[in-house]
Amino acid sequence: MKYNNIYTDYAATTPVDPRVVRAMMPYFLTNIGNPASMHKMGQNNLKVLEKCRNTVASFVGAQTKEIVFTGSASESNNLALKGTMWANKAKGNHLIVSSVEHDCVLESAKWLSKNGFEVSYLPVDEYGMINPKDVEKTIKKNTVLVSVMQANNEIGTMNPISEIAEICHKNGVLFHTDAVQTCGKIPVNVQEIGADLLTASSHKMYGPKGAAFLYIKTGTKIEPWMHGGGQENGMRSSTVNMPAIVGFAKAIEIAKKEMAGDEKRLIILRDKLIKNILEKIPTAKLNGHPIKRLPNIASFRFAYIEGESIIYWLNEYGIMASTGSACSSPKLTPSHVLMACGLRKEEIHGSLRLSLGKWTKEKDVDFIIDKIQIIVKKLNKLSPFIKK
Amino acid sequence: MYSKKAMSYFKKPVNIGGMDDADAIGEVGNLVCGDVMKIYLKIKDNVITKATFETFGCVSAIASSSMLTEMVKGKTIEEALKITKQDVIDALDGLPAIKIHCSVLATEALAKAVENYRK
Repeated sequence: MKYNNIYTDYAATTPVDPRVVRAMMPYFLTNIGNPASMHKMGQNNLKVLEKCRNTVASFVGAQTKEIVFTGSASESNNLALKGTMWANKAKGNHLIVSSVEHDCVLESAKWLSKNGFEVSYLPVDEYGMINPKDVEKTIKKNTVLVSVMQANNEIGTMNPISEIAEICHKNGVLFHTDAVQTCGKIPVNVQEIGADLLTASSHKMYGPKGAAFLYIKTGTKIEPWMHGGGQENGMRSSTVNMPAIVGFAKAIEIAKKEMAGDEKRLIILRDKLIKNILEKIPTAKLNGHPIKRLPNIASFRFAYIEGESIIYWLNEYGIMASTGSACSSPKLTPSHVLMACGLRKEEIHGSLRLSLGKWTKEKDVDFIIDKIQIIVKKLNKLSPFIKK
Repeated sequence: MYSKKAMSYFKKPVNIGGMDDADAIGEVGNLVCGDVMKIYLKIKDNVITKATFETFGCVSAIASSSMLTEMVKGKTIEEALKITKQDVIDALDGLPAIKIHCSVLATEALAKAVENYRK
């Protein structure tokens, strides 16, 4: 039987909203000037670029000049960590990151530690949440920057980042947050958070790939990482990706109007999914915090069965999801996030993430609930750990 | 990523489950690594008349377990032991290289079962 595709991997990437595609089209075809060019087409696009920057800035409560467009959230996070640590060498060389950050943060931290910087990793509780007290304990005289994500991409747990920011500032330390999973889904405001640096990405909020930004609070010392023509006020050399940035700004305009409604709807769908899976499947457990979680991420683990098998079975029914199982990763290592939550490797093997979005319907959720029960039964039948 | 044949043995595995009257049982792998296979054999006059399996693991672990239980049926113990990992992989029209080391446990499980049988 052929099934329709049901996409539940919105945390990996979202489809681009057709309204965004329409807004982008002229910038591929006719409005193609390079904003660095002196002629009319260039100068017109320079105006559009600054308008986009203004849209982004007002969306997160920043000043226009505090937004630097980059090519991806990975790039923004690299710039935030490497650029800040480099520029503040005189102050110290100590960086603090949480142990559940995205790989682009962890790998940047690792690179810094190989190049003369000192890195501390914050632990998390069983729900993957960072305790502000641990931040306070870890800060030292030579600490320059703390980076803690607003919400985790694998399990959806939200962190108390404004409390963490407050602790940082009390100690004269800068605070960066990776808001990739939150920005465009729930209100994100740099003032309310108290962020000195904040990362967000277009393709997680129905915009195109190839655009992201780093918010850099005025007065924050940071060294550019990409050298060249001096675009983005010298912070990020590279020809400006006009279509992607126009698309990103359009996605933000749409989010401004539709985010609150989407959030309410997604919470209902997410909770229905979680409630039914936990009730109907005795071997299922929830990953992440039961309440303080993103509106769109439901993460589970199933005892005695393996995640890649679950994913492939879901795929047979047209359902696209992801897992933290080692078998599914190119490095064959289990999810570092679930490891940090204190789960055993054998528990992580059976993990499953379903992330919902704008086009997820209630009937999709019902279909998923139904099919997961069938799949778990099938795989349980094969499992050597279940007495029959 | 997987061949059609591997997917079909994953989706509709044959010879699944335990065996109450097994003459030999072999279990290999461990839960921490993410793949565990248990094979059950019925043996008569040195010939494997029936083989079943239970496997915790990914697509290739399940498909290769099922395939081996098909391949050993009707073979003498000595013939069955001659089946290599590569034979199982070939019978499935290949497996992704990264999966071969960790997930093709079937031949080891068989060797273990025979070892237990001969004890």
